[in-house]
Amino acid sequence: MPDAAVELRGVSKVFVARDRRVVALQDIDLSIAHNEFAAILGPSGCGKSTLLNMVAGFDRPSGGQVRVNGAPVEAPDPSRGVVFQEAALFPWYTVWDNVSFGPRTMGVPAAQYRPKVEAYLDQVGLRGFERHYPAELSGGMKQRVGIARVLVMGPEVLLMDEPFGSLDAQTRLVMQELLLSVWERHHQTVLFITHDIEEALLIADSVSVMTARPGRIKKRLVVNLPRPRSVDVTTSPVFNELKREVLALIREESLRAASEGLA
Amino acid sequence: MLPKRGPWFLLLPLALLALWHLAVQQRWVIEGIIPGPTQVAESWYRWIFGSPTRSLSPYSGTWVANVLYSSRRVLQGFLFAAAVGIPLGIFVGWNRLVARLVDPTIQMLRPVPITAWLPFSIAVFGIYDAGALFLIGLGAFYPIVINTTHGVRDTNLLLLRAARMLGAREGTVLFKVVLPSALPSIFTGLRLGVGIAWTAVIVAEMIAVKSGLGYVLWDAYYVGRMDICVATMFSVGLLGFLSDQAILLASRLLLRWRTLEAHA
Repeated sequence: MPDAAVELRGVSKVFVARDRRVVALQDIDLSIAHNEFAAILGPSGCGKSTLLNMVAGFDRPSGGQVRVNGAPVEAPDPSRGVVFQEAALFPWYTVWDNVSFGPRTMGVPAAQYRPKVEAYLDQVGLRGFERHYPAELSGGMKQRVGIARVLVMGPEVLLMDEPFGSLDAQTRLVMQELLLSVWERHHQTVLFITHDIEEALLIADSVSVMTARPGRIKKRLVVNLPRPRSVDVTTSPVFNELKREVLALIREESLRAASEGLA
Repeated sequence: MLPKRGPWFLLLPLALLALWHLAVQQRWVIEGIIPGPTQVAESWYRWIFGSPTRSLSPYSGTWVANVLYSSRRVLQGFLFAAAVGIPLGIFVGWNRLVARLVDPTIQMLRPVPITAWLPFSIAVFGIYDAGALFLIGLGAFYPIVINTTHGVRDTNLLLLRAARMLGAREGTVLFKVVLPSALPSIFTGLRLGVGIAWTAVIVAEMIAVKSGLGYVLWDAYYVGRMDICVATMFSVGLLGFLSDQAILLASRLLLRWRTLEAHA
């Protein structure tokens, strides 16, 4: 097995819109170890979602290489489960059918996936909502379905694109703790995109701070906080020290962006 | 303020009926040409329930038969249009190559009104059912294919990505994601299509075939039976309304998830 679960080498992404070249990502080097929970922290428009899309296989890099478990990423695959910001559930399917979509699609017999679906619905606290449609669920509950439907595929890598970004503060806390408890059971490799400093420090093993456009990785910090973690950790001195460091990096970055007329 | 409950929707139709009655009674319209509502109602009643053999009127008791003629043509033409329009719309919306191949032709033919196709249709199919079905099918085809195409193209990119990362192959994506996502739009196309089908059947029957409500309408006009003409108008309106309601009902049953969304 290669050393890194996810590896980006010299990755760049250029978009061409109305004859204008926009460099979304430039020279990204990133390596995420097996079972590492890695957060990418950056301002909006820094290309952090683009980065995730390339690891997911939705988007191709303009330059450089994206490898997962040593193999170049060609297309989306259930081994790389994605949780989107907007839960992106199938509105015509019930909770049960959304979560069992993957196994059904892969031709797994019902007898085999049924206990798994039940177990994951249980883990995300959605038992009793199996027959509900997404329209009947709150934002937090939708995102629980979004998490359960990728976990049921047993992914090696979990890609999360600001999954709690559109939730209210209280729901977000509940969901962060839920994610921590789910992760403690499986320890998948996670790439977690966020613009929330506290969220990144609370859940991740490492936080890579990105610059504004063109997106680059400014610095990678290791979060040495004991696990299992809960929200209480956010008041500890170590946490605050890390937060100060990240804030300084971000302030530096936004000042640079402002001076270049980007902010 | 009107109270919320009550048959308020009847208010305007009843006022219009009263105005019609008054216009005939007060001779605001040419006497003897435009029939009053009661005369139309009587003629319509005899047209439906009259005895075909013991009456002097040639229309007596022929309503059901003509309704069936027209309805069957609408149904056949409409089903044909849906059977071609929905799959074609899906392919045009899904595949850029198919779109480039087919879409310009559809857009070029669409502005030709179905009424303009009439002589051509008679020349090709003669005065048989096939000519009427061609017109009805063609008229209903355009809104169905165009709305299906739009529905397919409007499919949320995130849902496509979600399906693919869950292991769905293109066939599954098409049938389990694109099709349900396009269904509301497809139903819009079907509703517009059935409306045009009723327009087309009347035009076709007026000229290209010798049965059905459109034929009766033109025939009654020629012999000066304006009461039958007006009764035909009401009949077609009623049938159009009922077929629209039938599609609406089918869409409500199939799109239950969507009514939930509307109430959320």
